[in-house]
Parts: sequence; structure tokens; C-alpha cells
Amino acid sequence: MSNSKDRETVISIRGLNKSFGSLTVLKGVDVDVFKGENLAVLGKSGGGKSVLIKIISGLLKPDSGIVNVLGSQVDKISNRELQELRQKIGFSFQSSALYDSMTVRENLAFPLSRNKRELSKAEINKAIEEVLNDVGLPQTINQMPSELSGGQRKRIGIARTLIMKPEIMLYDEPTAGLDPITCIEINNLILQVQQEYNTSSIIITHDLTCAKNTSNRVAVLMEGQFLTTGTFEEVFSSKDERIKTFYDYNFIQEHETI
Amino acid sequence: MKKDSDTLPEERHLISRKIDAFFIEIYEIFKFVRRFFGEAFSSPFEWKEFINQCYQIGYRSLPLISMTGFIVGIVFTKQSRPSLSTFGASSWLPSLITIAVIRALAPLVTALIAAGKVGSNIGAELGSMKVTEQIDAMEVSATNPFKFLVVTRVLATTFMIPVLTLYSGLVAMMGSFVNIHQNEQTSFAAFIKNAFSTISFLDINSSLVKAICFGFTIGAASCYQGYHAENGTQGVGKAANTAVVVSMFLIFIEEMIIVQFVNAIR
Repeated sequence: MSNSKDRETVISIRGLNKSFGSLTVLKGVDVDVFKGENLAVLGKSGGGKSVLIKIISGLLKPDSGIVNVLGSQVDKISNRELQELRQKIGFSFQSSALYDSMTVRENLAFPLSRNKRELSKAEINKAIEEVLNDVGLPQTINQMPSELSGGQRKRIGIARTLIMKPEIMLYDEPTAGLDPITCIEINNLILQVQQEYNTSSIIITHDLTCAKNTSNRVAVLMEGQFLTTGTFEEVFSSKDERIKTFYDYNFIQEHETI
Repeated sequence: MKKDSDTLPEERHLISRKIDAFFIEIYEIFKFVRRFFGEAFSSPFEWKEFINQCYQIGYRSLPLISMTGFIVGIVFTKQSRPSLSTFGASSWLPSLITIAVIRALAPLVTALIAAGKVGSNIGAELGSMKVTEQIDAMEVSATNPFKFLVVTRVLATTFMIPVLTLYSGLVAMMGSFVNIHQNEQTSFAAFIKNAFSTISFLDINSSLVKAICFGFTIGAASCYQGYHAENGTQGVGKAANTAVVVSMFLIFIEEMIIVQFVNAIR
């Protein structure tokens, strides 16, 4: 992007390498995420997309390279600093990862009551109601996660991160396993979160419709490196066969059967 | 011919794959226990979750412990009577039963029952949380999952197993009294006087020390298995199963060591 140098960078990754035993997943990854933008990361399953956001959130340690998030190098800061940084990062898991043994209310109260101990019960309840209204599910407040549908679980998972008013959102496959109508609702929610909470996001997805509708830029991760980064149109005007296969499959073009 | 880069690098071992894995596991357990002591004595302490776990582990185990304790008391009394009667010493039944119950049966039976009930529960719960990324979710929401899940559970088992042991011992003696009262028409006062005539503080204290060790073992072994579960639902089942097997095995080993130690100082 032409004006990328003028924009504030919230995530900056340089030369990131990560291996699991003899399997190399990320090989010298370089990427920037700018303030207020949504970056969609596309790539094959097992290609290291989820590993990338787990490294950004400090769940995994990089083997080498620099991972700078909101001015802090995540693998170099102390535990206390990492906990403070994590309060500014929201992570929406592919499986939603709601706490099974807690109601929706308790799920939402959990991060707030632990990290903002100065808040009264009334303030926590108000924050829960606000965030449930934002994701459009105020009626589920006393339900258990097992009583919710896949789309509802995803929304509550996003609400649980929004309650901390994060500056960065990391979405891991937000539309995976959902029907097309629910996918559209989740895509709209991602855009709504970007606008109302002024977040910068990384959206890990295979779903090109999701990438096209929710992201300002798209990056394609293949064989441990970013092949290309740019707007959706720029990336998919590429002649690279691997990128074309992605596009053709998602937008129902004729393709050879294997 | 394949290039070198096309093949996976050959795995190298210090001794052999299994022996290396065994020592790595021992080191991991050591790190886990060291982390437990580090986190247990640093603030903030999760009091609410600790009390909740004490309720789950202690109060919810009461029916099972009551039933097994009572049955142990009756059965042990019935089995001991013929031997003592041969020598005309059936009046010694209360003191014999009390020694057996306080010194060995109450801590051992309580710990084995708890290993089955509580150990499998903790192993499966933490294992399921691990494979469904709930532990990761806790970590990214800036909550220390080790402190919230592991420290509270291990402390709760360490605290509640001795309480359950005392309770189980009393219930077993009640079972014994019911049987002795039916057969020998012994009064409650005579039973109590005879029962406590041979028991010393060392017996009660060593029993409590054993129960504390058993409680810590059940909590630590079950949490370790659950916290390190992998490979989906199969991993959860394995975690629950291994938690019980390892806890029971370690309980017997500890029983043997503590008995040797107590006999040496008696």
C-alpha cells in the first residue's frame, strides 16, 4: 500500500521462524498490521496460520525473529508485562473455547472480574449486558454453552474478548463450520467490531467471502512464508497457480477432480 | 534418488526413544510440582475457586465415603471375630478394629476411593478443557490457568482428603460398633473406652500425614495428566484413566514408605 509508511503499526513481524520437531511451519515470516485495519490471512490447513496468531498472543514462543505487538516484543517481555499486553488483545478461537462449566454471564464476567478487580458487581453486569447487545444475543445471558448453536457460541466467544475493549482482535477461522447465513452475520459482526471498538484485526480464514467482506488487506501464507500481500483484488489478480486454486475453489469455478 | 532435503531428519536419542521419554517425563513432572509450589505461595490466591473445589471434592464425596467406610467397619469386624474368638479374645475387637482403621484402612480406603472419583473427574475435566482450547482461552484473557485450575485443585485435595479420612475412620468405627453391639451386646461407652485404649497420637498423626501425602498425590497426578492431555477425546479418556492408575500406584508406594518410617520412630 502506498501510504503504509505513514500509518501506525500495531503488529510488526520480522524474520519469524517456528518449527515443531523436524517440521518447519514458519520460515522467515515478515508482516505488518496497521492501526484500524483488518488483515485476512489465507493459506492451506496446517500451513502455520493459527501458529502465527498463537505466537502474537504469546501462547507459543518463536524459534527466532522479532514479534512486536503494540510496542512490546512478546517473547522478550516479563510475565506481568505479557498479562498486561494480553488485556489489549482479543482472541476468538475456532472452537469458541467457551468455559463449559459456566453460564454465558459467568463466561463474560470471567476476564473482567480477574483483570479489573476495582469494578463493582453492577458495573460488571452493565458491561455484560452492553457486550451481549453488541453481538445481538442478550437473551442467552443465563444459558450454558452447550445450549447454544455454533453461530451463537462464536458470537459469545467474540463478546468475551470484546468485554475487555481490546485494541487488537485475532480471529481464528471465524466462519468455519457455519451455514452461509450465519457466516454473513459473523462477517458483519467482525466489521461492526472494527468500527465500534476501533480494533486492528488478523482474520485467519479459508473463506474468501469472509476475507473479501471483512478485510482491508489479504495475505497468503504458503509453505511457511507470505506469498503476497495486498487488497483482495490485487492478491487474486495474481497468476500464481496456488492462489488461483484458492479463488477458483471458493468461487465455484470448474476445476479438475483429483 | 531423493535429495537430503526431501527426507525428514532422523530422530536422535541419548539412550533410546522410550528411556529418553521416561526421563523427560520425570523432568516435566518435577517442573510441574516446582511450578505448583511457586504459584501456590504467590498472590493473588483464587479463594473462591479453592472453596468451590473443596465443596466438589469433599462434600460431594461424602455419600461414597460414608458407605464404603461403614461397610469396611462391618466387614473387618466380621472377618476378625473368628480369629479372636479362638483365643477367647473377642473383647479386644474394638481396639483391634480401631488400630487397623486409624493406622491403615481409613487413609488407604479414602485415598483409593478419592483417586477413583476425584482423580478421574479432575483428569477428565482439565483434559477436556485442554483439548477444547479452554485453557488457552483462559491464558489469552490474562488469567493464569495454572493458578486457577491446578493450584486450587491440588490444595483442595491436599486439604480435603485428611478431613475425609477422619470422617471415614469415624464411620468405619460406627460400622464396627453396630456389628459388635449386635453380636457381643457391648455398650457404646465400653466400645469407645476399649477402642481408644491402645491408640496413640502418633497413630492419628501418622494417619493424617499419610492422608495429606495421598491428597497431594491425587491432586498433582490428576492435574498433571489433565493439563497435558492431547489428541482430542481419546486424550481426555487417557488422561482420566492415567490419573487414576498413577494416583493409586503412588498411594501404595507412599503407604509402604510412610509405614516403614513410622515403625522406625515408634
